[in-house]
Amino acid sequence: MDHILNIITYIPLVGALLILFFVNKSNAHAIRFMATAVAVIDFLVSLVLWFNFDPNKLWQFEFKVPWIPSLGVDYHFGVDGIAILLILMTTFMGIIAIVSSYSAIHHREKEYYTLLLMLQTGMIGTFCALDFFLFYVFWEIMLVPMYFIIGIWGGARKLYAAIKFFLYTLAGSVLMLLSILALFFFNDGGIPFLNIAGLNNPATFSVLQFHEVGRLIPPDLQFWIFLGFFFGFAIKVPMFPFHTWLPDAHVEAPTAGSIILAAVLLKMGTYGFVRFALPILPDGTRQMLIPIAVLSVIGIIYGAFVSLVQKDMKKLVAYSSVSHLGFVMLGMFALNPMGIKGSVLQMINHGISTGALFLLVGMIYERRHTRMIADYGGIAKQMPMYAALFLIAALSSMGLPALNGFIGEFTILLGAANSTAYGTIAYAVFAAVGIVLGAAYLLWLYQRVFWGPLDNPANATLKDVNGRELGLMVALVVLMIWIGVYPKPLFDFIEKPVDYIVRKVDPGYFEKGPVTYPATPAAPAAHSEVAAK
Amino acid sequence: MTWSDVIYLLPEVIITIGACLLLLAPVSGFRSTGSTAKWTMLVLLAMTAGSIFACSYLVENIDQTRMFASMFALDAFSIFFKLLFVVTIGMVVLLSDDFFRGSRYSPWEYYSLLAFALCGMMFMASGIHLAAIYVGLELMSLSSYILAGYYKNEQKSTEAAMKYFVLGAVSSAILLYGISLIYGVTGTLNLTGIARQMSTLVTNDALMFGIMMLAAGLCFKIAAVPFHVWTPDVYEGAPTPITAFLSTASKAAAFAIFARIFYVGIHHFRLDWQYVLAVIAALSMIVGNFAAITQDNVKRMLAYSSIGHAGYVLMGILAVSEMGLYGILVYSVVYVFATLGIWATVLVLERGEYAGEQVNDFNGLYKRAPYWAFAMIVFLLSLGGIPPTAGFIGKYFLFYAAVEAGFGWLAIIAVLMSAVSMFFYFRLVMAMYLKEGREATLPATNSLRFVAAVALIVTLLFGVLPSPLIDTARDSGRWVATRSAALVNGR
Repeated sequence: MDHILNIITYIPLVGALLILFFVNKSNAHAIRFMATAVAVIDFLVSLVLWFNFDPNKLWQFEFKVPWIPSLGVDYHFGVDGIAILLILMTTFMGIIAIVSSYSAIHHREKEYYTLLLMLQTGMIGTFCALDFFLFYVFWEIMLVPMYFIIGIWGGARKLYAAIKFFLYTLAGSVLMLLSILALFFFNDGGIPFLNIAGLNNPATFSVLQFHEVGRLIPPDLQFWIFLGFFFGFAIKVPMFPFHTWLPDAHVEAPTAGSIILAAVLLKMGTYGFVRFALPILPDGTRQMLIPIAVLSVIGIIYGAFVSLVQKDMKKLVAYSSVSHLGFVMLGMFALNPMGIKGSVLQMINHGISTGALFLLVGMIYERRHTRMIADYGGIAKQMPMYAALFLIAALSSMGLPALNGFIGEFTILLGAANSTAYGTIAYAVFAAVGIVLGAAYLLWLYQRVFWGPLDNPANATLKDVNGRELGLMVALVVLMIWIGVYPKPLFDFIEKPVDYIVRKVDPGYFEKGPVTYPATPAAPAAHSEVAAK
Repeated sequence: MTWSDVIYLLPEVIITIGACLLLLAPVSGFRSTGSTAKWTMLVLLAMTAGSIFACSYLVENIDQTRMFASMFALDAFSIFFKLLFVVTIGMVVLLSDDFFRGSRYSPWEYYSLLAFALCGMMFMASGIHLAAIYVGLELMSLSSYILAGYYKNEQKSTEAAMKYFVLGAVSSAILLYGISLIYGVTGTLNLTGIARQMSTLVTNDALMFGIMMLAAGLCFKIAAVPFHVWTPDVYEGAPTPITAFLSTASKAAAFAIFARIFYVGIHHFRLDWQYVLAVIAALSMIVGNFAAITQDNVKRMLAYSSIGHAGYVLMGILAVSEMGLYGILVYSVVYVFATLGIWATVLVLERGEYAGEQVNDFNGLYKRAPYWAFAMIVFLLSLGGIPPTAGFIGKYFLFYAAVEAGFGWLAIIAVLMSAVSMFFYFRLVMAMYLKEGREATLPATNSLRFVAAVALIVTLLFGVLPSPLIDTARDSGRWVATRSAALVNGR
């Protein structure tokens, strides 16, 4: 069991190398089969995490060996409930992405599936890493395969979109590297030139160690370190105003690229906040709280409005991601268990719902080679099954009760409304406007594409979903309904980690007595460190 | 001085005798056109490497053993760089292979000049006396000037040599002037002597002027802004293997003396020169990387990128800390191998019907030569500092040193500029993988394949398992580092 995380992380890489060296590039069938098999095996192995999860323990399946002893770098893997859910989503969406590519990718297939699998290794490794150096390595490794996936198999402006994605993310992550260095110095020996005394602990990049010592960092320094993390993660999320790479990347990427991008890569940013920025830097978090909350709300509403006016379906879904990720950020920075739980759950939900929407848009694009809403109309008559699946995905994305999106958004709003950190329900109110707008752009999209007369003759010959596409969508729909109706197993996974994070970011939170959610926010003065300062 | 010390000069003696023999061979009528010259040179290098190893075992104190009136030291630091130089020159020789096949230029004098340059570089690595360092530097530089113009019938090559020589001579003069001022104030040219004298002095203008002159001369050698203008023209005009030589071995040698002089000799006034070097480093990174974006010629692009890399290394020098020095050593290795790999790829393209110099010539390389294209990506990622390549480890040390020394702003510029650098490195990646090119097979030779394979292995291996490299750098740099800083911050 010690090696389970290594196995899950490196199965895709080994599979990629096998394809690279042992499968002839003209044999597309074998390549697809191999890639799918690797992804399915990886998913099945990752289920071990689900079934062997111990809700009473925080860090599980740990694996630790020295890697670069002279720098204090360990090869340290370990996961908590949050990471397990994200890993499961990664391996699951990996299958969806690979299978959905059968009909979409017709050239350079060998490289394509190899890169998808390598990307998989990078993503899983990022979620597993409990050493900051290791985390950074995996974080950067993800960039290159995604660059190629957009750049080789993308649309008309693929070169521009690929390099934009690459440079934006890289610029953010190198600043994050400096923040990691600052944490390292603080834990190790301090920086004499800046008059920052250190703790003289053994040099380490251990995330768990930083969790312990982070709050001892002087608030000024915490602010700067947090800023470095903020650039690294907020660009990835992406938060308004760092979101401009996202529509380009999504629109140009092939369907599978969009699915992975939306479902997993964006979660890297939110995961980074919840795993590193919040627990390590409580003071930094507080200082950046209001700006981040405001940017989240702007993102929610701006993303929704921009979605409303899109003519391109894929771009619409891309901008809706900006809006949805705003919810995730808003819930997270409520700094109470409710908000963070909703935020984590919404990461999963967004992956499933938006992944499904990208998949559906990709299906119809393969048939008609256009994504313009104006080219469609009334195709529900021609493709009833497709219309039904699209409806479920759209409803899930807009947060209809009994589907997954509702649980996440509702929990987030509840958390944000009751947040003593925010101290006002204004953010929740504005965010709720975003939900209404979400219903508007999705239903309007649905109406224009599926209802009305079937007046474009090119649409008269559209074929409904085939078995493979149906299978993929059914898998996603089952998840949507399951999470929507019975989310408790997922909440069980994130209960303890969220508790841990809240304790780190707000040590006084649970001392205030039993956790209640008063209708009116408590006076901020009663509340921990704000008062302490 | 005792005559028995001469034994420690064995590597230098061997390479000098060898260089003379290579020079004399064609004069005595022995003018074989085959690969005899190459093999002679390689054997010579192998003997040099062997004698360096032998010396490292013979010397009684590996930390620092001085000889010849404290002009010359055999220590772990110099052995590290000497081995790096020998390996690099060996790679350059392999790159130059078949460059002369069927050409009107003789390989013998060429290899002889390379050997003389190597001799100069080895003296630079070992010199602990400004005069000795200067003589070594001149030997290397004069050989380089001639090598840059080795294609004497081609205008570009001659022009490159001329520019390089005129500017190089001026910079040497400036360097020498700086040395003389330092001598005037301290009364000694020995680095440890200078350090001792300086610790008794307060800042004075003559000394500062001398230090600045010294820094300017050295900055010319490592091509830092504003002393960089020669670089693109020389890199473009020189024969490609010589460009490889100038951008790897020659630069590493300059890094070595820069580090030794500033760490051992004049660290006492670091608070005065640190900021100057910091500004130069920042300018080098900004100008180098932004100018590289606009280049369509690969040789010029890499020239500007090497200006940026000089800026990164300067961070290690101005930090005056252990991590800074180890960073310089690690980065020299990492940078040298990634750069050699890139030049090997460029040379492969030049062998074909391509000129190999334009970014467009790389179009569609993945189809014609998947392994070369893959190796090229690894080299470019390494230069850009993306894990899991060795370049990341090297840059990590330098960023670390800059932050540790209190130059957080410089570190911010450095990381942002390394993101900028990915823009032009990825222009090549884009050309290779995302664009379609002509269908022509690549005529790679075994020597080029060998160079690329070694560079690839080094770059990937030290990226994934950097510990051996770091430990070697640590062992090699310890004396110099602790010398300067028992040091700066007491850590």
